[in-house]
Amino acid sequence: MAAQGRIVWVSGPAVKADGMSEAKMYETVTVGDSKLVGEVIRLTGDVAFIQVYESTSGLKPGEPVIGTGNPLSVLLGPGIIGQLYDGIQRPLRELSKASGSFIGRGITTTPVDMTKKYHFVPTVSNGDEISAGNIIGTVQETDLIEHSIMVPPDHKGGKISNLVSEGDYDLETVLATTEKDGVQVELKMYHKWPVRKPRPYKNRYDPTVPLLTGQRVIDTFFPIAKGGTGSIPGAFGTGKTVTLHQIAKWADSQVVVYIGCGERGNEMTEVLVEFPHLQDPRTGKPLMDRTVLVANTSNMPVAAREASIYTGVTIAEYYRDMGKDVVLVADSTSRWAEALREMSGRLEEMPAEEGYPSYLASRLAEFYERAGRVKAAGSPDRDGSVTLIGAVSPSGGDFTEPVTTHTMRFIKTFWALDAKLAYSRHYPSINWMNSYSGYLADIAKWWGENINQDWLSLRSEVYGVLQREDTLKEIVRLLGPEALPDEEKLILEVARMVKIGLLQQNSFDDVDTYCSPEKQYKLMKLLVDFYRKGQQAIKEGTPLADIRAMNSITQLLKARMDVKDDEMPKLDKLESDMAAEFKTITGVKVSN
Amino acid sequence: MSGQGGVQYSKIAEIKGPLVIVDDVDNAAFDELVEIETKDGERRLGKVLEVGNGKAIVQVFEGTTGLSIAATNAKFVGKVMEMPVSREVLGRVFDGLGRPKDGLPDPIADSFIDINGEPMNPEQREYPKDFIQTGVSVIDGMITLVRGQKLPIFSGSGMSHNLLAAQIARQASVIGTQDDFAVVFAAIGVQYSEAEYFRRSLEESGALKRSVLFLNTADDPAIERIITPRVALTVAEYLAFELGMHVLVILTDMTNYAEALREISAAREEVPGRKGYPGYLYTDLSTIYERAGKLNGKKGSVTQVPILSMPSDDITHPIPDLTGYITEGQIVLGRDLFRQGVYPPVNILMSLSRLMKDGIGEGSTRADHGEISNQVYDAYSRAQEVRALAGIVGKAGLTDIDLKYMDLGDMFENQFLSQATDENRTIEETLGILWKLVSKLPKNEITKIKDKYVEQYYQEE
Repeated sequence: MAAQGRIVWVSGPAVKADGMSEAKMYETVTVGDSKLVGEVIRLTGDVAFIQVYESTSGLKPGEPVIGTGNPLSVLLGPGIIGQLYDGIQRPLRELSKASGSFIGRGITTTPVDMTKKYHFVPTVSNGDEISAGNIIGTVQETDLIEHSIMVPPDHKGGKISNLVSEGDYDLETVLATTEKDGVQVELKMYHKWPVRKPRPYKNRYDPTVPLLTGQRVIDTFFPIAKGGTGSIPGAFGTGKTVTLHQIAKWADSQVVVYIGCGERGNEMTEVLVEFPHLQDPRTGKPLMDRTVLVANTSNMPVAAREASIYTGVTIAEYYRDMGKDVVLVADSTSRWAEALREMSGRLEEMPAEEGYPSYLASRLAEFYERAGRVKAAGSPDRDGSVTLIGAVSPSGGDFTEPVTTHTMRFIKTFWALDAKLAYSRHYPSINWMNSYSGYLADIAKWWGENINQDWLSLRSEVYGVLQREDTLKEIVRLLGPEALPDEEKLILEVARMVKIGLLQQNSFDDVDTYCSPEKQYKLMKLLVDFYRKGQQAIKEGTPLADIRAMNSITQLLKARMDVKDDEMPKLDKLESDMAAEFKTITGVKVSN
Repeated sequence: MSGQGGVQYSKIAEIKGPLVIVDDVDNAAFDELVEIETKDGERRLGKVLEVGNGKAIVQVFEGTTGLSIAATNAKFVGKVMEMPVSREVLGRVFDGLGRPKDGLPDPIADSFIDINGEPMNPEQREYPKDFIQTGVSVIDGMITLVRGQKLPIFSGSGMSHNLLAAQIARQASVIGTQDDFAVVFAAIGVQYSEAEYFRRSLEESGALKRSVLFLNTADDPAIERIITPRVALTVAEYLAFELGMHVLVILTDMTNYAEALREISAAREEVPGRKGYPGYLYTDLSTIYERAGKLNGKKGSVTQVPILSMPSDDITHPIPDLTGYITEGQIVLGRDLFRQGVYPPVNILMSLSRLMKDGIGEGSTRADHGEISNQVYDAYSRAQEVRALAGIVGKAGLTDIDLKYMDLGDMFENQFLSQATDENRTIEETLGILWKLVSKLPKNEITKIKDKYVEQYYQEE
């Protein structure tokens, strides 16, 4: 029996109701006469503590609270791709039909259009024994997404019967029934799954394949693996959102889930406006055809912000189970942690650091642990991955605050954004000394096998230059650049070139916004080449000023914008021009 | 409880700080408006912060000074706080709660709108991209403002933020359009003279009749400041989305707003976040800042220029910090430039306009705009490094190219940044100065501009 109680207390998003002894933890309830959606987060006697996902303005003690019997769940089926959802999977387009430009309250809609027909192609036959996770057929969801219709993960299995033939069906059509021990279960194109419960899989692999993002500082220096975890912390204005947008645009995954968690409304609008017009570089189709957006902007109710992360990751796992590579970016996990803190405060829990609840770390761990490259449950065999990338917005840009420090414990790739770099317009402002990637060793194998064997040694050489520069800068700061010998000045010069020509990337430039692995490798190789030839030249007595004046330098620094991915021969020419120019300047020396 | 004309009044149980706790409440709603009446008939307004178990916690906007437990009654009005709106609000001056302050009667209302507003549906937003020419070079050239943006000015005590905001309000225009515009000005706990400066500035430029002023000055009740930006934005939204006007909202000073919020939080004995500000400061600020924007199918727009003074010029203080995370960029004023007498003293390296990329370029400003501004950012940041280095090794220790950057830095401050408060530069003039600066550098230093633009605009000596 569903719980039926009455409101006894209201304060912001927190409501207490009595008469709720039937209620279960994390059950969703409808609150008040306007039927707002809420979730039970504490039970004391017959009093339920409820977080409400909509504005509680005008709510009164005495109004009814009714349990639904179900935990907070998402509906999983075709029609999700291309949607913009709020934190509890209500499609914002549908909400606007009900309440116009502003978000109203107490509106109920279905997450996808239940009457839309999809062309279903069965892949099983009547009489087959099936179990949880099995694919029974496919529908084409968008041009890019073939959507597998799967037996729900909590299904007990059984023999299939009444299977429909290939044809167009809507979501409510019963596609087949299963029978086991006299219990009949209907299978439809969709099922529901509770958001706080990870979807099961058969087994997990080590993440060893890189997620290519087309961003040089990420792919070349601090790569992330498919099924891996990454975090991108930075003060405001350091370019978190732009970097996340870049990943969402160019990552070589089949599905992207973008969660705007307590962030700006216009950022979601930007994705909505821009993505339909951008082409996936690998398929030529609009990026929106592979993207799902979950938006709970900063001014939308805070409790739904807490839920939005789970809504997003559950959708990601669902597409993973079809055997797809999914990237989930969450901007920003700090706002999610603040939502936890706010509810915790209203529950009058004992706070830990900076008012955050003591369970902040375990919640973060649970979230990031939902990443992974897995073999999905059921047959046929298929491998999929969920890569989780979370932005962190540390207050005051201070990386020692609780959300950043706890996040660092549970992720393997750390892209530290640096306000100083951002102030000097070095974008992406990922600091190369403070960032790291735990996947480097595994991913180096991929580069070695697919691009070039010397990738790792080149990367180490370039990175070595940056490290040397970091030490030399201290000396320059104290004594001025003239205190250094030419060999060391060359290191400063090459480091400058690495920063401008390789690390910096202009996401608003049509060419530079995406860089293929081949071009990344080639640019790196050219810089190493320059460094080695420069060292040699200086050893032979060529003055540094002659090297600095080389025309090739400007060419090399602009190559990231000037040379398109399909114009690699231009880089070969640059290589030979550079070699020739080195010959000239060193040759002049010899002829003297 | 005492009946009076059919309306129910409740007794006060406790008064602490800006809060009163009302007893024997049986029909109050969260967020409901409350009228507090003293024995001698004075009425104050408040709203319900928490209700349950027969009690309501009410925040009194005008403060609790002079209230007594015995002689005060509370009436629950049965609705949330609303602002009466109509075209007649233009040209009027209101107090911090939206009541006329100019001696004129209440404007005749077309409708009454909940001052808390509702969140804009992100799906219904129109992405802002109309360039606003402010006539201030550093903003137009380097930190471009667009219609529907929220771009705060981060200032410090005593700096020239008011001059700058007033100049923006006077000069802001969108090239090639003759749309209806309006200015909504909310003074939040600022000195009377600052509010008066704005009023006079609007009057002199003839914009006062297209303006709505909300004044809560430093001597007005502090808790009222919670309401002031909200009534102002309610009016702005009405003008923009019902009447189709382009509204520029100036909110000054948001630091005073945040302090009022902290006062209430402290009185409620909530667990504090950083520096005693409540943990929900971010969410609360966002319910103000996110009310800027444009909407699909609606003609008008709400552009916000909030001003806040950073305590001790510290940008990591919670108020500027959380503001920067919500707003679409920031204009940061620098104490050093201000001391040198530069106006406007904008520190461009710390400033940013997130929507600039979409508001500039071919068709709005000029195709080379993005690249030239990137190059100047880069060059100016290099100039700052060189200046720091010159401080150690002296000018003699610098290379020729370093000296060029240093010159460029000086020129940037003297010729580009500096301008008179009544000087209205076109975007062409602004870009012209930028090219003049960049042309001081040899061509091989220009790494951020495509060759075709260098050929077109670089000025050989």
